[in-house]
Amino acid sequence: MAAIARLRYTMSENPLTVIGFALFGLLAVMAVFGPLIAPYDPLATRAVNALQPPSLAHPFGTDHLGRDVLSRVIVAARLDLGIAFSAVALSFVIGSALGCLAGFRGGWTDRIVGRLSDTIMAFPLFVLAMGVVATMGNTVENVIYATAVINLPFYIRVARAEVAVRRNAGYVQAARLSGSSDLRILATQLFPNVLPPMMVQISLNLGWAILNAAGLSFIGLGVRPPAAEWGIMVAEGASYIVSGEWWLALFPGAALMLAVFCFNLMGDGLRDMVDPTRRT
Amino acid sequence: MEKLSRIGGRILQAIPPVFGVIVITFLLTRALPGDPAVFFAGLMADDSTIAQVRAELGLDRPLPVQFLYYLRDLLQGDLGNSLSTGRPVLAELAERLPASLELTFAGLIFAMAVAIPLGVLAATRPGSWVDHLCRVLVTAGVSLPTFFTGLFLIYVFYYILGWAPSPLGRLDFLYLSPPQVTGFYAIDALIVGDWEVFWAALRQMVLPAVTLGLFALAPIARMTRAAMLSALSGDYVRTARANGLGGSRILWVYAFRNAALPVLTTLGMVFSFLLGANVLVEKVFSWPGIGSYAIGALVASDYAAVQGFVLCMALLFVVVNLFIDVILTLIDPRVGLES
Amino acid sequence: MAPLLKVETLSIAFKTRKGEVQALHEVSFEVAPGEVVGVVGESGSGKSVSAYTVIGLLDQAGRITHGGVEYDGKPVTGRQRELRGREISMIFQNPRAALNPIMPVGQQIADVLKRHALAGRTDARAKAIELLRQVKINDPEERVDSYPYELSGGMCQRVMIALALACSPKLLIADEPTTGLDVTTQKATMDLVRDLTRARGMSVVLITHDLGMAAEYCDRIVVMEKGHVVESAPVAQLFTAPKHPYTQKLIAASPGPRSELADLTGGLPEAPPSIAPPRQRAPGPERLLEVVDLVKEFPKRGGGLFGKKPAPFRAVDGIGFQMMRGESLGLVGESGCGKSTTSSIIARLQDATSGSVVFDGQDIAQHPAARFARMPERGRIQMVFQDAHDSLDPRWSAAAAIAQPLRRISGMRDGAAIARRVGELAEMVGLPSNLLSRYPHQLSGGQKARVGIARAIATDPLLLILDEPTSALDVSVQAVVLQLLDRLRRELGMSYIFVSHDLNVVRLLCERVIVMNRGRIVETGTAEEVLHAPKDAYTQSLVSAIPHFEPERLRAS
Repeated sequence: MAAIARLRYTMSENPLTVIGFALFGLLAVMAVFGPLIAPYDPLATRAVNALQPPSLAHPFGTDHLGRDVLSRVIVAARLDLGIAFSAVALSFVIGSALGCLAGFRGGWTDRIVGRLSDTIMAFPLFVLAMGVVATMGNTVENVIYATAVINLPFYIRVARAEVAVRRNAGYVQAARLSGSSDLRILATQLFPNVLPPMMVQISLNLGWAILNAAGLSFIGLGVRPPAAEWGIMVAEGASYIVSGEWWLALFPGAALMLAVFCFNLMGDGLRDMVDPTRRT
Repeated sequence: MEKLSRIGGRILQAIPPVFGVIVITFLLTRALPGDPAVFFAGLMADDSTIAQVRAELGLDRPLPVQFLYYLRDLLQGDLGNSLSTGRPVLAELAERLPASLELTFAGLIFAMAVAIPLGVLAATRPGSWVDHLCRVLVTAGVSLPTFFTGLFLIYVFYYILGWAPSPLGRLDFLYLSPPQVTGFYAIDALIVGDWEVFWAALRQMVLPAVTLGLFALAPIARMTRAAMLSALSGDYVRTARANGLGGSRILWVYAFRNAALPVLTTLGMVFSFLLGANVLVEKVFSWPGIGSYAIGALVASDYAAVQGFVLCMALLFVVVNLFIDVILTLIDPRVGLES
Repeated sequence: MAPLLKVETLSIAFKTRKGEVQALHEVSFEVAPGEVVGVVGESGSGKSVSAYTVIGLLDQAGRITHGGVEYDGKPVTGRQRELRGREISMIFQNPRAALNPIMPVGQQIADVLKRHALAGRTDARAKAIELLRQVKINDPEERVDSYPYELSGGMCQRVMIALALACSPKLLIADEPTTGLDVTTQKATMDLVRDLTRARGMSVVLITHDLGMAAEYCDRIVVMEKGHVVESAPVAQLFTAPKHPYTQKLIAASPGPRSELADLTGGLPEAPPSIAPPRQRAPGPERLLEVVDLVKEFPKRGGGLFGKKPAPFRAVDGIGFQMMRGESLGLVGESGCGKSTTSSIIARLQDATSGSVVFDGQDIAQHPAARFARMPERGRIQMVFQDAHDSLDPRWSAAAAIAQPLRRISGMRDGAAIARRVGELAEMVGLPSNLLSRYPHQLSGGQKARVGIARAIATDPLLLILDEPTSALDVSVQAVVLQLLDRLRRELGMSYIFVSHDLNVVRLLCERVIVMNRGRIVETGTAEEVLHAPKDAYTQSLVSAIPHFEPERLRAS
């Protein structure tokens, strides 16, 4: 009950968060039902129809192969969100486990985990992702792994810091006095308290993961044509910008931007809910 | 003296990351699916070339030995030869690095020039329109895919308004590049006093630099605002006010200098993002830096070039972080002392 | 004499999520030149808000709805800026945070001097050194270049006093200036403030929750409760003949060297004594606990690459003592003396470096702390923590917190039985059962303390370790909690180790007291002996530093 009241309060304080959640709903619908809603087959080429500006029949216009841009934008949601969600889920599971352990155990565990995340962070992250995909092979799975790897340090750091400040909290000591083992304390007292800040991190990270995956496909890594994916569509539309065919790149780019924007809004909203004092 | 020793300690601390970077790049070269020798020899190679490459790379030796060979080559500045041009990767990177650095620094300076005053203003006037503007910019800014912003700016300022020169490279083909001193065209042109080329180089740089800057602006403004807010509500600012210190001294000397510490730390992170975004922006604006070099190498499956690029970027980033840490050490007496 | 400062019918409202909240209700008081006025009250009384309004540093959410402040006969509300530093200045609690962390302290003093044109570029440093000397900082020529993190809390407070007095203001506001400092440091700091302000003929407003300190250092005291001034009188009169019932309650609740537990609540017990007869415990050895040669070392960092590794820091340096079944023992000392480390080793939350802890005939120090959690002995030694709020998981309700040891140690599985036992425990500690479903942030400080106590007695322990259980509570709540603890001990036949820095509080609950300093025991004896006839030099300084009011002494003066 209290949580709902708090949610409602935060929502009324910050209408942008509401927009964020609404956008997320829209994206989710696109991702789940994409092929059903799309008016045309996203892969069907019709040369006669190439490079049509937006019209009633094709609200977002058509591309250089005569494919319907709107349909492609809708269908691409599944692939883009899929990559981002899988990558973030991977790094959340691995990162929070490593981070919690490092924060709780301290000592050697902490040093090794810290060294690992420092080493990843010593690379410019997008460049590291490029390197990983380039060497492991140009596939969608490898894009997911690469994105997961570069997100890993953030989860490790958040989990580690949040656990470390609570490791000696009174309630953890009290749980020890109450006969709880370390593992139980980690699972029932520390992890639930660490989860809210992790949720914030997840939300902000999803946006970043989408940007990274799209960036990789923009430079030709991961997703290959003719698959519909926002980054690749922008890349394909890029060469038509200078000759004025703006719709090829604009609509997928805008979709990408809205998706990232939506996750950032949600993240900020969640942050306000979790900790009103840290509002920025 | 004490400061010097702390800076020395800081530099020593950069060794493990460098080592980590080298290990990871090494592992990346060996993690190639299939036979690395086949990849390094290129698509056209026959069996004898592959065998030759394998022996050259020491791939027939155990992994630790290979690593030592790799280290030896690195120390000699040998990053291998590019497949497509046959030239040493190091030389090609060195040629193109100034272009990337010029762009990245221009973007960073633009971002800092906008974001820091904005963040300070927003923190001193919470709830005002500046604060709201800051909030919107910060949230929107991190949502912008750089490559998309770049294309959008090209469409508006080149195609529609015609204010910007064509988005191809560092200098319009009408001009000759200035004699190389620093490798930064704008600075080199100034050195020889060639104003025309200076302006041309600057005009060419505005759109890509702004594209990069817009991306970097958000995190800097966000951190500046947050750090200023927390500094201004700090107990020491209250003390300064209770003792009647003047408003501007409190704002700049007491609050801002303390707030600068987390902002500087964020700059390291921002620089990491910028180096990544740089690759995308270079592609959009056909900027002849190491980013577009890497993309070309990716397309041609030129692995030595890609590895060289990754290593070069990582070392660059380590140096930038080191530089930031040294500045931090100079500002904050507590840095480097763990009690 | 015309008052220097006059606060007149001042009302302040704060904007909060739930609308405006009135923090001050028509507060009025005056400060004469050279007078030291204490503003006393518990948390939420509005004493700090009044002080911040006087100096014009009120939070932005606060708004003056009525009345104002007059200084030197002129209304100054909203225009205090010109007065700050020169005419009025202020010192705060938590001195280390109140100094700029990245600026040498001398430069901070010089900044203030320059601002008020009392020093130029050439002589600022010399004047800063002189000021540091006046606040009795050793080696001022060296310290002038120190950063706050290089100084102790007490030294930082001295630097802050130097800052505040740099421009010879006429009024000093001291907001809980010694909270968080040790008793001996506290006394040194307050003596310094008194001497310096007296020498300069300054007026002082001392904001404090500590009646003893107010009695010791103030001429007149203003008592505040919930935003109202309830009484204002000269010190002797206030303590000998308090008029307002709240003042009477506050004075009674403040433990002095001679007060009795029952006096704290004005002779009224906090709750009807329970009907349960004193518990008969299963017999065991007469000696419940024997600590022998206990040592705890912490490795020191540093030494660097070439330097020798520094010798480890000995937090507990070979202490030993015994306690009998049913006894209650006080463990007293200042921060860093090792009392908390000792108690957490006995509670088996930490491992000792060496030594033994024989509890009920068994050496429990042999079992590593990590394993002890799952041993049957766990339930027989329990602990109540200093910070009741911190000791409750924010995501667990009061009932869940109390049930935790029942499930884990007593092995209870049946939900209904657990609920019944939780209800019983809540009743024993006087926690209304309707509060059991609440979360920590919905409970008051006293209620959280009760939850912590209920959890600690859930497994029917033989030994309860109380780690400063009341130090975060207001005195009136402290009084009630102390009485509760005393009653529980008698009814449940427990033994207590009461860890505290406050001898006056310890005396109320314990027959015997151990005084610790720097990891060693310096004195042992009955509470009365230690408090009234201390033998050891350290104990003497500790006892004499406790600020207290003795009505007899005040009446005589």
